[in-house]
Amino acid sequence: MSTAITNILLVGVGGQGILLASEILSEAFMLAGFDVKKSEIHGMSQRGGSVVSHVRYGSQVFSPIVPEGEGDILFGFEMLETCRYLSLLKKGAAVIANDLCIPPPAVLSGKEQYPEGLADRVRSLFPNFLLVDGLKLATDAGNPRAANTVLLGAVSKRLDIPEEYWMKAIEKLVPPKAFAVNKKAFQAGRNL
Amino acid sequence: MKGILSGNEAIARGAFEAGVKVASAYPGTPSTEILENIIQYEGIDASWAPNEKVSLDIGSGASFGGGRAIVAMKHVGVNVAADPLFTLSYTGVNGGLVLVTADDPEMHSSQNEQDNRNYAKFVKVPMLEPADSRECKEFTKLAFEISEQFDTPVMLRTTTRISHSKSIVELDEPVQGLPAPKLVRNAAKLVMLPGNARVRHPLVEERIKKLGEYGVNLDINRMEMRSNEIGIITSGVPYQYVREVLPDASTLKLGLIYPLPIKLIKKFASQVKKLFVVEELDPFIEEQVKAAGITVIGKDLLPICGELTPGIIRKAFAGLGMVKAQTENPLPEAPARLPGRPPNMCPGCPHRGVFYALNQLKAYVTGDIGCYTLGFMPPLSAMDTCICMGASIGNAIGVVKVVAEEERKKVVAVIGDSTFLHTGINGLMDMVYNNVPATVVILDNRITAMTGRQENPASGFTLMDNPASRIDIPDLCRAMGVKNVRTIDPYDLAATKNAILEEMNRPEPSVIVTDRPCVLVKREGVFTKGPVLAVSEEKCTGCRTCLKIGCPALAWKPIDGKKGRAYIDYLLCTGCDVCRQLCKFEAIERKK
Repeated sequence: MSTAITNILLVGVGGQGILLASEILSEAFMLAGFDVKKSEIHGMSQRGGSVVSHVRYGSQVFSPIVPEGEGDILFGFEMLETCRYLSLLKKGAAVIANDLCIPPPAVLSGKEQYPEGLADRVRSLFPNFLLVDGLKLATDAGNPRAANTVLLGAVSKRLDIPEEYWMKAIEKLVPPKAFAVNKKAFQAGRNL
Repeated sequence: MKGILSGNEAIARGAFEAGVKVASAYPGTPSTEILENIIQYEGIDASWAPNEKVSLDIGSGASFGGGRAIVAMKHVGVNVAADPLFTLSYTGVNGGLVLVTADDPEMHSSQNEQDNRNYAKFVKVPMLEPADSRECKEFTKLAFEISEQFDTPVMLRTTTRISHSKSIVELDEPVQGLPAPKLVRNAAKLVMLPGNARVRHPLVEERIKKLGEYGVNLDINRMEMRSNEIGIITSGVPYQYVREVLPDASTLKLGLIYPLPIKLIKKFASQVKKLFVVEELDPFIEEQVKAAGITVIGKDLLPICGELTPGIIRKAFAGLGMVKAQTENPLPEAPARLPGRPPNMCPGCPHRGVFYALNQLKAYVTGDIGCYTLGFMPPLSAMDTCICMGASIGNAIGVVKVVAEEERKKVVAVIGDSTFLHTGINGLMDMVYNNVPATVVILDNRITAMTGRQENPASGFTLMDNPASRIDIPDLCRAMGVKNVRTIDPYDLAATKNAILEEMNRPEPSVIVTDRPCVLVKREGVFTKGPVLAVSEEKCTGCRTCLKIGCPALAWKPIDGKKGRAYIDYLLCTGCDVCRQLCKFEAIERKK
């Protein structure tokens, strides 16, 4: 029965806009007629900590969190966090990650180093890996702050949801004046 | 109409549909969004209270006046509200009264993971436990019906995974025709003098028996018969995990988890070969089922500590050969050793300089609950105790009472504005009354920050965003009789350190109030950014002193073959100026 469910994990750093992206995903799935559940932790994690949001859709979803080892898609907003949650994925899962490094406190203070070559290591474990320069594509689309929407566009390509629902969900959840830029950013990601 | 609602949003909606008149709460993760969402609905008087006991007193008062009332709090908040709660079990209600307890298994944002289902049994009131957002809304409405039908407060228990998960909910219209609130005197029921209370207690015992019968035929206690090999009694989010992992098992899904419908449990037990309880935290259901003489497996199989997950349940039942061990593939190894990413104070946080000074002064810091608890984390590392809301001042008093005289002056209590008004103020009363020579630092950032920036009695605004009378904390401390009260700017490092040192050395009670708003306060004119700072590559000697404040905007940049340098991320810097004051080489400069 879990084969009918698609499991998506959104991971990154508190303050990166993960909650909004997971809201847009959930809204699109609901509009497309699916059952949907999502779960994340607020509170302490808002203060620049590691954040993971679970989104699941299908004909009937029970658990709001993705069972360990059953993630189908990892949507990474930051490289270190992308690596941190790989263990939640199943073999052959798709990983779509933003090519961005945000140093954690121990790296800022020079006590530890930000690991190098993470992208290559992710690719070796998950060949279905797409590294996206979200910042550049969003800047090209008109606003560097729409990087998440570029990534969302890339993720949407891997999900069987008609484009009109994505547009409706984005229109509902982003501020009206940011809609045009986000639409463009979404297309840029979808065309990758 | 339908929407995707979180458990908290659905409880707020349920309260609206149930015709609630009054909602009161003190913010606390994971309960906070209930009140934040209830304000969108017309006809509900919603407000932040200074603490959970006050919110329950307000809720029960509204109930005595004949209106439906909801109060919401995190699990540890119920400890604060426990005093009225136990007696409200005796008085019962007039208008329906529902107390939401949002528990936090795994302690995502809490100091303990107490299982508040135990309160229902201890207080002898019914408790409902929803398993998704749809049930959050429906159970909230049912809770008001049960409250009025059985003349009792009702507890609605969520966990973080229910409060903060979203699922699809059908929306309904609010109920009509509830009686209008008015003053009705009923002293024998509401004045709990011993003579009256002795009359009420037997009614409480009778009520619990009746509710046990009521639960047997209640549709939210539901037998779902599938295979008769395994039967699982469960409720809340563990129900969802069970359905996911053991799709063929029969389940007894409980919505009313106290009192338990023992007859229904016996019936279910008789129809399955092997009976289990799958519940998070304490063996609450298990112990009662066993006490009823039913053989069942629970905590011998599943952990008491922490959250359950589908994986934990799978592993446990795989050990009994009842399900496959792994669904598909073993977990891949992490691709590298990954540095952790703990939460941190924000760039420009006014608490940072205070903890730097406390660290430098080697103070023994009795801490409290708020963002500033992060002062414990390196490199600030300046907190020695943190127990519960408001404990810092009493803890400081106690430490001072026992340690040798030369150590006494090291003791400093640190507490936020909202936490001080919550329960810290009583500690200060003791300190003044008993003339204890400790130092209290009240970090007044004009907001309840940790839970996501809620207003409080010292912030000047209400939950509804209306201007409010603002409690002046220094004046309040003076009025309580503290002779040494001073206000400092925590962005001024030297002044902060000097003030704390002077008060530590003073053999009298003293209070230092820091006066800088939280950088996240969005209200205009409260927080203003200063000139952004930058590190001069020529002047920086790479001494790393500036890194000792742990600001996320300040980083170490290694340089190949040479000593590294500090640098400042200008996008994150708020211009608080604290790092500039630390640099002996004047390498940190205001950017033009």
